[in-house]
Amino acid sequence: MSVQVSDETHAHYELSHLQTLEAESIFIMREVAAQFERPVLLFSGGKDSIVLMRLAEKAFRPGRFPFPVMHVDTGHNFPEVIEFRDRLVEQLGERLIVASVQDSIDAGRVREETGPRASRNRLQTTTLLDAIAQHGFDAAFGGARRDEERARAKERVFSFRDDFGQWDPKQQRPELWSLYNGRIRRGEHVRIFPISNWTELDVWQYIAQEQLEVPSIYYAHTRQVFARDGMLYAVNQHIELIDGEAPFEASVRYRTVGDMTCTGAVRSSATTLTEVVTEIAATRVTERGETRADDRVSEAAMEDRKREGYF
Amino acid sequence: MRGHALERGGEPMSRPASELLRIATAGSVDDGKSTLIGRLLHDTKSILEDQLEHVAQTSERRGDGYLNLALLTDGLRAEREQGITIDVAYRYFQTGSAATLEQAPATLEAAFKSGRKFIIADTPGHEQYTRNMVTGASTADLSIVLVDARRGVSEQTRRHAFIASLLRIPHLVVAVNKMDLVDYSEQAFDEIVAEVTDWATRLEIADIVFIPISALQGDNVVERSASMPWYQGPSLLYHLEHVVIATDRAMSDVRFPVQWVIRPMSDEHHDYRGYAGQMAAGVLRPGSEVVVLPSGRRTRVRSIDSYDGELDVAFPTMSVTLRLEDEIDISRGDMIVDAEELPTVAREIEAMVCWMSEEPMRPGGRYVVHHTTRSAKAIVDRLEYRVDVNTLERDLDAPQLALNEIGRVHLRTSTPLLVDPYARNRATGSFILIDESTNDTVGAGMIRSGR
Repeated sequence: MSVQVSDETHAHYELSHLQTLEAESIFIMREVAAQFERPVLLFSGGKDSIVLMRLAEKAFRPGRFPFPVMHVDTGHNFPEVIEFRDRLVEQLGERLIVASVQDSIDAGRVREETGPRASRNRLQTTTLLDAIAQHGFDAAFGGARRDEERARAKERVFSFRDDFGQWDPKQQRPELWSLYNGRIRRGEHVRIFPISNWTELDVWQYIAQEQLEVPSIYYAHTRQVFARDGMLYAVNQHIELIDGEAPFEASVRYRTVGDMTCTGAVRSSATTLTEVVTEIAATRVTERGETRADDRVSEAAMEDRKREGYF
Repeated sequence: MRGHALERGGEPMSRPASELLRIATAGSVDDGKSTLIGRLLHDTKSILEDQLEHVAQTSERRGDGYLNLALLTDGLRAEREQGITIDVAYRYFQTGSAATLEQAPATLEAAFKSGRKFIIADTPGHEQYTRNMVTGASTADLSIVLVDARRGVSEQTRRHAFIASLLRIPHLVVAVNKMDLVDYSEQAFDEIVAEVTDWATRLEIADIVFIPISALQGDNVVERSASMPWYQGPSLLYHLEHVVIATDRAMSDVRFPVQWVIRPMSDEHHDYRGYAGQMAAGVLRPGSEVVVLPSGRRTRVRSIDSYDGELDVAFPTMSVTLRLEDEIDISRGDMIVDAEELPTVAREIEAMVCWMSEEPMRPGGRYVVHHTTRSAKAIVDRLEYRVDVNTLERDLDAPQLALNEIGRVHLRTSTPLLVDPYARNRATGSFILIDESTNDTVGAGMIRSGR
């Protein structure tokens, strides 16, 4: 039976931009499941990886995920996020692997930075690459988006990593149509970014549409903070105050979820999803520009970290 | 917590919240391409303050002497150092969004309201980056080709138009830029329109629109220009917002390449067997009669499954899971099609190939071909001709295809592929070639015919 569709009925067969993006992301996830032997989904507890989890449900239910979920735990995460992580994975009935930066430090694989600006952000790369090697993962899903950052705007959906885990932005494989080349040699792996084409607002719109729970720190709450480099940081046991930095109480929320040592809060009174989204829709500053110290190291901070094997 | 105010799930919304339009642009700094993109982003409030500040600071430090909007898209260290675009950059913007409102939106619906969402694949224009242009063009709904009003049609213009037609981008916009530098002359515009139109008759372009603009001054980019009263057409942005793309999708001839088989084998879903994939063409409903290739077995669609429940209909580019009435052995790489219009089951393929590797393609070369969800080994039987991308002339004696060259190629595959002509369906008419020794993607192919 050949289906005849006239121009008039075409209008009925349209997808919204979010439906189009969702379909593309599901296609990418299934492609990875089919092309690789040992994929893993990197889950940070942040909004982007929460969306990845829902997309994996959409791609593979009623089956289980054909891969485990892995969190690289710096030991400096927000407790609210760890609690959320455990609960979500439990609800979904999937397998969680925790790769610990503390273990890497204890094993002498990396050395802890010291001083008031110490961060475990960069140490994560070693922990991540060690875990990928240890488990023999050949593909790792991440929630990075191209609208986040200028180096990420250049990255492929299937992003090749050599056997040192490194990204070479000048040697990227051409990526055409929806034909993804997942061929690698032993020891190499591919980072997969199924939501490359989503924007921050798309992610929030999807969270609203799908009624997804996100960690409580995305909503406005009262917290002890201090100001540094034009950002507000949570007072916490992992960060030393510098002379002159005075903690105060403020109503804040987080736009991104990273380590407590390098993730800034924004002043906000948005306590509901609607309020958060309307705030983001009207914002004039990018999420990483507003809240991530790790991108401020140099002009190409993200590119440099990505070359080393960062997320 | 289902039943939220926003529509979701099963039935396609009769009026989608917004559509996605994928745009490809190509060009060099001289064309004003970066200025044009910068203006589109800026005037739709898609450049945020910290990005603009960053561009301003970097322009200042480099001594550019102007706000160098190319820095927005040239994201890599090497690109910024050399001041050139090396690779495709993707930029995102939308019209009618909350960001353009005077006040913060009051509701979720208002916050998410938008006209269209746009993805721009911004590619370098020089001949040495033809492969990047082809990459950016491969998924585009619309291509913007820039012409400098002072210089008229250049080699680069012709190359871009050729690639747009080769990749079957449904809509082409020729933006005649720098109209301010020719005193907004109607005659200058008309001459370029005539020249491109004449050239375009040799290409297969379904829809071509000419717009006189000045990216620098903003004429006809977002708003209609008062400087060119003789021009009656839409501004560029208006055209981007209103060009009809729904009818570009292939709605006849069902094509569903099986990507992944869902067999949970759990107690609850013990007998479940679903074929997951993305609709490449056509419309399927429960009960639709289908043929499974290559086996040729006939059956019917029992249900169209999704996480959000069973669906009444599936059409491009939905990702769904099909269950069939009969138990048939089906695996990844097979294709579910409608019972009447079958694709060609082909082991010999004739295609236009764009070569993407430093190592040339020669007759006798062996590669892996990746087509829909199927892979096979392939041998290059012969190179029919090489096309000069600037003049369209065919070189019948070409011994090989070097990097960035395009030619007509005959391939033979180890197992049959289920193909359609690229002109009929981009998804089932395209393939990539992979070098087995390096695993690199070395070629992109557009199928003319198969047998």
